[in-house]
Amino acid sequence: MKKKTLNRNTRKNFATYGLVIAAYAVLQTMTVTGSITSSLKGMLVPICAYVVMAVSLNLTVGVLGELSLGHAGFMSVGAFTGVTAAMALQNAIPSPALRLLIGMAVGAVFAAVAGVLIGIPVLRLKGDYLAIVTLAFGEIIKSIINNLYVGVDENGLQLSLLTNKLALAEGGKIIINGPMGITTIEKISTFTAGFLLVMLTLFIVFNLVNSRSGRAIMAIRDNRIAAESVGVNIVKYRLMAFVTSAAMAGAAGTLFAMNYSTIIANKFDFNTSILVLVFVVLGGLGNMLGSIIAAAALTILPEALRQFADYRMLIYAIVLILVMLITNNPVLKGYLDIIKGKLTGRAKKPAGPTPEGGAENGK
Amino acid sequence: MKHTTMKKMIALALATIMLVALCACGGGSSEPEAGASAEAFKLGGTGPLTGGAAIYGNAAKNGAQIAVDEINAMGGIQFELKYEDDAHDAEKAVNAYNALKDWGMQLSLGSVTSAPANATSAEGFADRIFSLTPSASAPTVIEGKDNMFQMCFLDYPTQGGASAQYISDMQLGEKIGIIWKNDEDYSTGLRNSFVDKAEELGLTIVAESTFTEDNNDFSVQLTEMQNAGADLVFLPMYYQPASLIFAQANAMGYAPKWFGVDGMDGILTMEGFDPTLAEGVMLLTPFNADSTDEATQAFVAKYQELYNEIPNQFAADAYDCIYAYKQALEAAGATPDMSAEELNDLMIQQFTSMTFDGLTGTGMTWDATGAVSKSAHGMVIQDGAYVGLD
Amino acid sequence: MTFLNYLLSGISLGSIYAIIALGYTMVYGIAKMLNFAHGDVIMVGAYICFFAVSRFALPPLVGVLAAMAVCTVLGILVERLAYKPLRAAPSLAVLITAIGVSYFLQNGAQLLWTPNPKVFSSVVGTGRLALFGGQLTVSYVTITTIVSCIVIMVALTLFTGNTKMGKAMRACSEDKGAAQLMGINVNSTISVTFAIGSGLAAIAGVLLCSAYPNLVPTTGSMPGIKAFTAAVFGGIGSIPGAFLGGLLLGVIEIFAKAYISTQLSDAVVFAVLIVVLLVKPTGLLGKQIREKV
Repeated sequence: MKKKTLNRNTRKNFATYGLVIAAYAVLQTMTVTGSITSSLKGMLVPICAYVVMAVSLNLTVGVLGELSLGHAGFMSVGAFTGVTAAMALQNAIPSPALRLLIGMAVGAVFAAVAGVLIGIPVLRLKGDYLAIVTLAFGEIIKSIINNLYVGVDENGLQLSLLTNKLALAEGGKIIINGPMGITTIEKISTFTAGFLLVMLTLFIVFNLVNSRSGRAIMAIRDNRIAAESVGVNIVKYRLMAFVTSAAMAGAAGTLFAMNYSTIIANKFDFNTSILVLVFVVLGGLGNMLGSIIAAAALTILPEALRQFADYRMLIYAIVLILVMLITNNPVLKGYLDIIKGKLTGRAKKPAGPTPEGGAENGK
Repeated sequence: MKHTTMKKMIALALATIMLVALCACGGGSSEPEAGASAEAFKLGGTGPLTGGAAIYGNAAKNGAQIAVDEINAMGGIQFELKYEDDAHDAEKAVNAYNALKDWGMQLSLGSVTSAPANATSAEGFADRIFSLTPSASAPTVIEGKDNMFQMCFLDYPTQGGASAQYISDMQLGEKIGIIWKNDEDYSTGLRNSFVDKAEELGLTIVAESTFTEDNNDFSVQLTEMQNAGADLVFLPMYYQPASLIFAQANAMGYAPKWFGVDGMDGILTMEGFDPTLAEGVMLLTPFNADSTDEATQAFVAKYQELYNEIPNQFAADAYDCIYAYKQALEAAGATPDMSAEELNDLMIQQFTSMTFDGLTGTGMTWDATGAVSKSAHGMVIQDGAYVGLD
Repeated sequence: MTFLNYLLSGISLGSIYAIIALGYTMVYGIAKMLNFAHGDVIMVGAYICFFAVSRFALPPLVGVLAAMAVCTVLGILVERLAYKPLRAAPSLAVLITAIGVSYFLQNGAQLLWTPNPKVFSSVVGTGRLALFGGQLTVSYVTITTIVSCIVIMVALTLFTGNTKMGKAMRACSEDKGAAQLMGINVNSTISVTFAIGSGLAAIAGVLLCSAYPNLVPTTGSMPGIKAFTAAVFGGIGSIPGAFLGGLLLGVIEIFAKAYISTQLSDAVVFAVLIVVLLVKPTGLLGKQIREKV
């Protein structure tokens, strides 16, 4: 039984890698040949960032089984620290790709630190109480960054909180300007960087899930007491999943921020956390491929609806509700089963691995 | 429960296919080839048409549309106007800007609000698409970008200083309090320039307090002002929070002199607003809908007829933008078959050398940075209407 | 005196949070779902009252009743159309649907009523009571809000404790399957819960906008989140908990603004929440659920 599941999982993981590579190849070809619309081209990097956000949140919600409503907070930490690092190193490192890489690494590290600091208290709680505390931390991060002033001059970085008390030397520049955020970002994110980050994220998540630690994490999700009684270190494994998830969100934040010339703390609010959660739930808990598709589809959807002008967001809301109703409707599920049977007929067996198991009631 | 994941995935996959198809159909036909339409100049702008800031985006869109309709009816230069929603968000603004590029935008109206404008102006600068924003007033929007111009009244550093000067000249207040919105460019910029000028002039600022987005309760801020004995309170903010401040101060029984800024314009036209609350409020503004000026009256009448409300300064600024474009295009002898880049160079030339008279000021000029210079009028609200202070 | 003034502002703000939180907690207790659209029902209630009073010149009381009627119907409709089909679905699916409903209501309101802010005229007038020779002022809105909040809390407690329907609700909240076996109509019980919750939302909307008279399609979202926080703070599912949580949240928010920083007040509120939940992991008055092996 176990062996079979593993095989299926491996097969599915390769399918996921394959799909991402294929999508990249197609889109990159379109970009090079100039047959892509500006609209779609402009969305490639944010889609990559949202995919990484969705996959990393799926690690918390789907694999670890805890509802997090503050994932955008980690994205925010990553965005602001990563961009600050990249901007501070502007003169020292001329290569934009290297600066982006360092930025993402710095973003990931800071987000991971935030993940540890938040995870230790948060993971003592359960269910909706845990969810609200993650929401609270997300709001606190937003509030703090909104009141943070960071500047750089030849003496290094300077920080100040609440009001702008920076005394920058001649030639120094302000990087984070409180609520106005960062306004002079050099746009160095590229689709290729986004693609590589998505691949790295998938690699990390798949390897974690299929490792000893991953099985421990899922055991805790499915039955915490049973897991504890067989000697699984609950705190360690829960924190491991949470912090990994936070670090990837941080890297995604840097990638996202470096794609725009400006970024503000209010961008990473409760609504952004919810948006990413929608990707995860729509794509299926524990289903990374689903998260990828949902993140891409729901990022494109509002843009594809532009022709409806004023009714755009209303239609978006209706689509969201209908998708939830349809995918959970027992009658329609029957039809979907038939379609699925036809689609996967050659495989004879339903190819649906269900790594989520008890995740659905483990919110 | 077992196969839910797979089913969801399939449903989603199907949805995606449809979406991608939709996207391809929607955008594929319109190559970003500028000058596709030979008759009309394609004007594009982004603004918050939905969400909390929707009032500003819609006002600008409506104001611009009126001007476009008027100009098109005159014959001569023709415009085609398209506004896309950015929901007051930089990411969505860039998406909206790209959608406009696909549509074939030749000239841009930038973005209506500052944070999205920061993002779209960087794109427009890189793409060499000239932009004249009606209302994004942050200095960062035009800084270091030769083809980004602003129509909005005074860049705010000047306005805050002018307000302080005015208060000092007229000896309006002994003890000054300030309530400002610290997570907004506009408010923070005004506050900073006001404080700088006030120090220079020797005005006494006795209390300062801040608020943030989604804040509705001003009891703490007002109590601070009252306890500090402020007899004049400077309110560098838009009219929405200001209306709350007036109502709550009234409920507290606190009645200092209020001094507002151009963003306060619109307060009298809020549905259900009790004008007695704003009695005696002073503000500097380039546009007021009650003006006896003929052009303004015609604009206000038309706006009311079409949209059933009184236009605010966003609408007036956007209206002026279109006429400024008309004047510049005519003077440059530009034709709609020119590419965005050709127009860009012509417009930079024109805007830095021309003088423009509009609803929001006369004798407006632009310098090479893209900032406009126009004068403001001191106004006071009396019996529910603006009266000139000078 | 300043302290007392702040305390009163805090209690007034907290009472509004409390009424919204009561709606949240009722629905959560029975349907076990976080109804994120609750905040937007508040907004709809406020708009209905606004139009009844300002456009049709009806007396304020009629406006409030109209708002309650519309919201009650809206609540039942939303439950029937969007939540009921998901009764057997995972709770996260319902959460996402609720978010969809929230987007729908906000955008629908914007299309119907334009995004232009409306100034809500207080249903109880703008008068105020001056105490201690004018040093302490209490507006009628504050008094009305606090009194309504207490009345609602007591009424709800009596209702769930003593009436047949209330007992049915508690039974559903404990165990839906068992309740059904005992002859309780679970579906109609849930509908009634949504009806009550939405009716309360209408009252909260009217009071919210009477105190802070600015009405836009997004009016309900931030108070909605704060009230959700308050409900969890007090122990979600508990009626006295929601009341206490709401009051405390309001008072903490005002005190944080007054004595710490207006800029960081939200951070302070959420920090207090975190500390409380760490000490009492199921909220102030929440039930301790013992895990069974």
